Amino acid sequence: MKAAGSKMKKNLFPLLLLAGLALLPLVLESNYFLHLMILFLLWVVIGSSWNLLAGFTGQVSFGHAAFFGVGAYTAGLLFHHLQISPWWGMALGGVFAFLVGLPFGAICFPLRGAYFALASLALGEGIRHIATIAESFTGGMVGIMIMPTFVSKVPYYYITLFLASLSVLSIQLIMRSKPGYYFISIREDQDAAASLGVNTTLYKNVSLAISAFWTGMAGALYMNYMGFIDPHVVFSLHDYSVMAILVAIVGGVGTVYGPTVGAFIMVAFQELFRTGFFGLFAFLGKATGVAAVTALGDAVKKAHVLGFGILVIVVILYLPNGVVGDWEKIKRNVFRIHPAK
Amino acid sequence: MDVFLQTLVAGFLKGGLYALIGIGMTLIMGVMGIINLAHGQLMMLAMYVTFVLNTMGVDPYVSLFVAMPLLFLLGVTIQKFLLNPLIRVETILPENQVLMTVGIGMVLTEIVRFAFKSDYKYVTTEYSNRTFSLGNISFSVPLTIAFGIALLFTLAMFWFLLKTDLGRSIRATAQDKDAATLMGVNTGRITVITFGIGSALVAAAGCLLAPVYYIFPDIGGPFTSKAFIITILGGLGSTVGAIFGGVTLGLAESMGATYFGMEYEDIVGLTIFILVLLFLPGGFKRLTKV
Repeated sequence: MKAAGSKMKKNLFPLLLLAGLALLPLVLESNYFLHLMILFLLWVVIGSSWNLLAGFTGQVSFGHAAFFGVGAYTAGLLFHHLQISPWWGMALGGVFAFLVGLPFGAICFPLRGAYFALASLALGEGIRHIATIAESFTGGMVGIMIMPTFVSKVPYYYITLFLASLSVLSIQLIMRSKPGYYFISIREDQDAAASLGVNTTLYKNVSLAISAFWTGMAGALYMNYMGFIDPHVVFSLHDYSVMAILVAIVGGVGTVYGPTVGAFIMVAFQELFRTGFFGLFAFLGKATGVAAVTALGDAVKKAHVLGFGILVIVVILYLPNGVVGDWEKIKRNVFRIHPAK
Repeated sequence: MDVFLQTLVAGFLKGGLYALIGIGMTLIMGVMGIINLAHGQLMMLAMYVTFVLNTMGVDPYVSLFVAMPLLFLLGVTIQKFLLNPLIRVETILPENQVLMTVGIGMVLTEIVRFAFKSDYKYVTTEYSNRTFSLGNISFSVPLTIAFGIALLFTLAMFWFLLKTDLGRSIRATAQDKDAATLMGVNTGRITVITFGIGSALVAAAGCLLAPVYYIFPDIGGPFTSKAFIITILGGLGSTVGAIFGGVTLGLAESMGATYFGMEYEDIVGLTIFILVLLFLPGGFKRLTKV
């Protein structure tokens, strides 16, 4: 009875969260917070799809910016060359990312471990160079600019929410089905999986295809929302390939909701720093009249990426399976501290 | 023909520096079995050390003696306190140490961005733009000096690895960690020292490159990718291979830049890298057996 109850609770929580997120724009009218929420949801999609390939299938990719960028460029180029609404690019962005994923997989999947990681990194960087060089087609470093469809952020918010919940749901469903178990068997021991009759190459490609598809969709949505892309923005190794990894690591690699938590932590943490703890330092500085506090606040504002980087190092050191993966550990340690008080 | 020779010389000189970057990376790879994705960032740090010293009037080649010990200490600290604790930890992904180096690289970049802002810095010396010529081929003075010093360091490194006790211990650890431990080698200490040496070597490359390159916080990333391209080309863990890999990459890049155009410089390196991964896994080590 208790087990059934806790299972109910487990299923209910994401639904409640989703309902809460769906109602959010009704109470929250600030464009600033909606923008942050859109970024958060976008990172949910990217982090979750990276996690499917790396966390569940064990193929640590350093090239996910390739899929993100291809998705974004699909939407942008459709409008740029054919004057087709970039929203059609959303449907196609995922498909094109999937198509790019095919040769990507063909090149990388014969390799294992660190070699796979490096090959994916090189491919991701290679695509960025190609996008920069093929100026007549992609506009090169000039980039592509489109007019956003909606003035309000609310429609974008709902579209991103829809995309994020769909991608997380799909990953959850896959992981509960047969292919999901194949993925995990490949991660745990590829040779053992192959000897038991799992077609490892096929399932690695399936995992990559789903992962690339959602990342491409996220890229196309980014194009629609931001209205401007250039190769250095959307194919960026550090801003997307690496950030996708860090988001998943902080939240918990190999857990369905880990990247969601990680995305929230990443966006919240960076914003907390960027605003100087929402003006707390500036306020304290004014209140106490100490110039050093204000100066500290200004320093903190500039260190938003640094802060997140340090958080990542601390998390890898002390919570190697991420916040969700090591949740039991966190709970245990917190409980151990409390009775002592 | 002159153009070809000129390209060859330029590529070769650059290759010497690349070899220095690659040797550090391949040592770390061989001993710890991890790819250090913060390698370029360590070099960037050394370039900033050179820059700061240069504003105080210190010659870039003198700052070698400051940057190398500093980076050695930093490398030792990183290995001891950030990477070694991860060995004992059970995780889902075995690549946790590699991911940690990504985090370290990011933090190093951001610390430098925080301290120096993002704009380009230059280390200007009187010989930065000076050249001399042999026949019709012109040699850049700073690059030639850099090549010479890089060669010196490489030879010193070989002597160290082949002739000294510590060097032998490092090679033993790289070949078989368990056997080395049984023979009384303190492998924990060896990993720490190796990371320090790797960092010091890449620091040397940073100092040598500083007079001919512009310096900005994000310069680490591209050089990290160059470092692992070199290492894969040469074969993971092979010191001789790293030299071949470095020179090959240098030549390929300058050929690409001359015959295809500047913007193809990086793509040539990446293409070679992927071709080697596919058709010659194990790199040049497979051919030379060293």
